[in-house]
Amino acid sequence: MEKEKAKGYIYNPEYECMSRGEMENLQSERLRKTVKRVYENCAPYRAKMDEMKLKPSDIRSVADLSKLPFTVKHDLRENYPFGFYSSPKSDIVEVHASSGTTGKLTVVGYTQNDIDVWSEIVARGLAMAGVTKDSTVHVAYGYGLFTGGLGAHYGAQKIGASTVPASSGNTIRQLTLLRDFGATHLCCTPSYAIFLGTEIKNAGMNIEDFSLQGGCFGAEPWTENMRKEIERLLHIDALDIYGLSEICGPGVATECLQKNGAHVQEDHFIPEIIDPETLEPLPFGSEGELVFTTITKTGQPLIRYRTRDLCTLNAEKCACGRTTVRMGRVKGRSDDMLIIRGVNVFPSQIEAAIMNVKGVSPHYMIYVDRVNNLDVIEIQIELDADITLDKVKDVEIIKKKVETEVNSYIGLSARIKLCESGTIARSEGKAVRVIDKRNK
Amino acid sequence: MLVKQLSVFMENRPGRLFKLTNALGKEGIDFVTLSIADTKDFGIVRFIARDNEKAYEVLKREGFTVGQTELIGVEVDDKPNALASVIGILDEHNINIEYLYSFVLTNHNSAKILMRIENTEEAIKVLENEGIKLLSEKIL
Repeated sequence: MEKEKAKGYIYNPEYECMSRGEMENLQSERLRKTVKRVYENCAPYRAKMDEMKLKPSDIRSVADLSKLPFTVKHDLRENYPFGFYSSPKSDIVEVHASSGTTGKLTVVGYTQNDIDVWSEIVARGLAMAGVTKDSTVHVAYGYGLFTGGLGAHYGAQKIGASTVPASSGNTIRQLTLLRDFGATHLCCTPSYAIFLGTEIKNAGMNIEDFSLQGGCFGAEPWTENMRKEIERLLHIDALDIYGLSEICGPGVATECLQKNGAHVQEDHFIPEIIDPETLEPLPFGSEGELVFTTITKTGQPLIRYRTRDLCTLNAEKCACGRTTVRMGRVKGRSDDMLIIRGVNVFPSQIEAAIMNVKGVSPHYMIYVDRVNNLDVIEIQIELDADITLDKVKDVEIIKKKVETEVNSYIGLSARIKLCESGTIARSEGKAVRVIDKRNK
Repeated sequence: MLVKQLSVFMENRPGRLFKLTNALGKEGIDFVTLSIADTKDFGIVRFIARDNEKAYEVLKREGFTVGQTELIGVEVDDKPNALASVIGILDEHNINIEYLYSFVLTNHNSAKILMRIENTEEAIKVLENEGIKLLSEKIL
């Protein structure tokens, strides 16, 4: 029997197919409201704007966007945990968090309005992959502080699809649920999708017994080759879903079946591309750092938030009929953040973790690789030159301590390799601490 | 009453043991004993040199992760059950041995047993009470 193919549709044509002029008017109106809100309710923004002698009334349209100050992850950390709220805490209905650069979490509070916005944008994204109320959406992103699981969940429920909150882990159970519940769509990280695909045979199953049509994959950068691999293994259309918790979570932008860039939900988020060195805005088509301003959120709206993701924007109308700006694949980062199994990891966190352990030196190297389609991280650390290690147990204890510390700082288990002192190359100038061997 | 030993942490990869033995050999340092505890990723080389202090200096200079430890050494007759009787004494007193190795010198009728024990003081007391001959560094 011929299996059904994913049939994408436009969830909210009123907004997704607006003329550019209408979109700019809408964005300008919402931007004015947002700037007023943050100026009046969020002390760090008021301070930033006062310092620049900028009044909310100076911002009249999107053309004035570049007058506004940037926001960076560091700002959020400095105001941990709730300093960036623009709503009273009593209006916050959900809190998410992602890892920050030194172990302190980056917190995001959502009002009911923000959850509604989030549900709407993910619903639009899932509709691109053909999710309808008759679909079954299997969510294998982690549920919890990480926004992946609940974001996909809200979107699928907004459409009215059967939602299976499988969360991450336990591959055999995932495959059993996917097959037996007749999942039509899968949401997870692209590397996990490939892993699931390769495990079907090992589990003694046959892809012909599955009902999958499409999937939205994100939380880590991926490539066209990975798309081909997912589509071949799972017999689906594999689409990229982009997001970051600071802005909203997954769904800030999602690919349609044209597979030619992810549509930014521009009536909620204004994208810009800037030169990460000069911070000057760049014209569409140039590669630079992606910056977002949220214009409908009320809990924790962010102005010109620097994502550190490097990509391009394209304003040409898409063949799918949508008029929203599309972002190209993320090509890299303008900082040293690593994304490992969908988790944000900064080398500085690993360094902070290592420094808590006696017996090791601050000389380390982080190796990231993809083995059997799963990200693996190995940290090689030199032992302290003056330590006496006489028993195997002495070494095992240090290793275990490093493992525990690293795990508590980054939320991932890393393979730890202790090295003789002096064996890790010293570099002059900026130290090279990370070698990422995953396919680019 | 304790025998000094050097312990060197070593990654489990080719060439490392040669580097160590060569560094000492070039300096004319002779080994009395050498043993290796090995795991998948690393090994710990434990040895006693004729001149431990010089060996320690050489290895430090060469950048090895080297430390000094102290062992209990006993001398027993080179015959069946000799080792078991020593271990039996410790066992009776519930004293745990971390590791142990032994060697026989040529022209001697006795065997030397070297032991790493957490509670060194108690072990020495127990062994002496039973009339076991303890080694000092000089006897080696």
